[in-house]
Amino acid sequence: MADFVSGFWNAYVMVLVSLSIAFCVFILMSNMGEGKGAKKGEKVELHGHIWDETLAEYNNPLPQWWKYLYWITVFFAIFYMAAYPGFGNVKGFLGWSSAGQYDGEMTKAEATYAPIFKKYAEMDLAAVAADPEAKAMGRRLFLTYCAQCHGGDARGAKGFPNLADNDWLYGGEPDVIKTTILGGRQGMMPPMGGALGGDGTEDVANYVRSLSGLAHDSLRAGRGKELFEQNCAACHGADAKGTHAVGAPNLTDETWLYGSSKATIIETITKGRSNRMPAFEAFLGNDKAHLLAAYVYGLSDKTAAK
Amino acid sequence: MAQSKHDFIERSVGWMIVLTLLVISIGGLVEIVPLFFQKSLTTPANEMVKPYDPVRLVGRDVYVREGCYNCHSQMIRPFRAETERYGHYSVAGEFVYDHPFQWGSKRTGPDLARVGGRYSDEWHRIHLHNPRDVVPESNMPAFPWLERPASVSDIEDKMRALNKVGLHKYSDEEIAGAKAALEGKTEMDALIAYLQGMGLALQNVQ
Repeated sequence: MADFVSGFWNAYVMVLVSLSIAFCVFILMSNMGEGKGAKKGEKVELHGHIWDETLAEYNNPLPQWWKYLYWITVFFAIFYMAAYPGFGNVKGFLGWSSAGQYDGEMTKAEATYAPIFKKYAEMDLAAVAADPEAKAMGRRLFLTYCAQCHGGDARGAKGFPNLADNDWLYGGEPDVIKTTILGGRQGMMPPMGGALGGDGTEDVANYVRSLSGLAHDSLRAGRGKELFEQNCAACHGADAKGTHAVGAPNLTDETWLYGSSKATIIETITKGRSNRMPAFEAFLGNDKAHLLAAYVYGLSDKTAAK
Repeated sequence: MAQSKHDFIERSVGWMIVLTLLVISIGGLVEIVPLFFQKSLTTPANEMVKPYDPVRLVGRDVYVREGCYNCHSQMIRPFRAETERYGHYSVAGEFVYDHPFQWGSKRTGPDLARVGGRYSDEWHRIHLHNPRDVVPESNMPAFPWLERPASVSDIEDKMRALNKVGLHKYSDEEIAGAKAALEGKTEMDALIAYLQGMGLALQNVQ
């Protein structure tokens, strides 16, 4: 650890530490002769100084137990300096370092857990999703790394997708889920307020609400349909069922990322939306992402999928 | 009854002061002074460790002002239990541009040393407005007042001061452009920019 800018500091530490230990020994040795103690029948010698007229101090020898403790601290200091890093650049005969201890801990954990992760990493994602042990592992990983945004129950929140339903922005196939975890996603809907104008935006919002059977003004929705086909269909599709390739949501179902109220839809159209899922490849690595993808894949009810 | 040595010292206040100072300074002289001359402590850990740009600098001051360090540490210890959750353990060379560092010593909330890039900006915004909106069990206070313009009046002085005390070498152009960089930024923008830049220098899996 010691990576001093010059050899001086190495010597500086060594000299000061040696002097300190030597000084401690000197202090003890030079006081060993102090005080004789009293033999039976004699009175203990007084120290000689008197305060407040009568307050004197006995000149007793140092207590044995205290002297032994003192020597133990001296020997411990010498042993410690020889065994552990600290005495200048000396690494210590035990070869200990905090990074080394960490690496040891990691190697041990690797030996225990790597085979388990490897077993699942080699399995097909759908098969991993069906494995109860993998599911328990995936759940723990999910709660540690994913729950902050997607929630402990994976049902998401406003702006953070629900992972437990059957509606997917980028596709619900196991491999796609894994790609999302490893590489993240950057969702971007451009603001359309300028292109559509206030009235046009209102028309499109009514049309979008009509798609999933929500209350709407049918006259406006009719006008909105045309505007939708010109401005929105490129991403959301002519049938408004969305496009997984660009993460454009399906607008005909009952799942809403930001909300289905007319005000929210108008806000979305006017200002656009920008949403990002961070990439986790560098942090989690492939094996954990594999288990997580399987866990997320296993969350949604496949039997309900069309 | 010979006059003992400590008798002499106890009676001479001048000697007492000198010797006491000597004894209590040894620990600091051995343990603190050499730290200023160790490469791992005084040079950036790698080329990713850079001085804060003006926006992050302001965000960092918001972090200090709001006392975030009271609940959040910025120091991942070299234990597996910590690196699994937070990422690579912290090294001294990551903090050479922190004056003062925000290591903290208490974790009511999670460690933030590598929070950069872990969440989206939008997540941070929602979370700072009301942490319960994204983490229902959170007991972190809300910080809605951060949606106010970041203070820009003293940014140039701050950068010049850092040039004096640290390894920072903000150029005159950088200092001159600082106010423009902060144009229209709220304190929350600045704080999020600071958080998103944290701990990117080292990662777990390469």
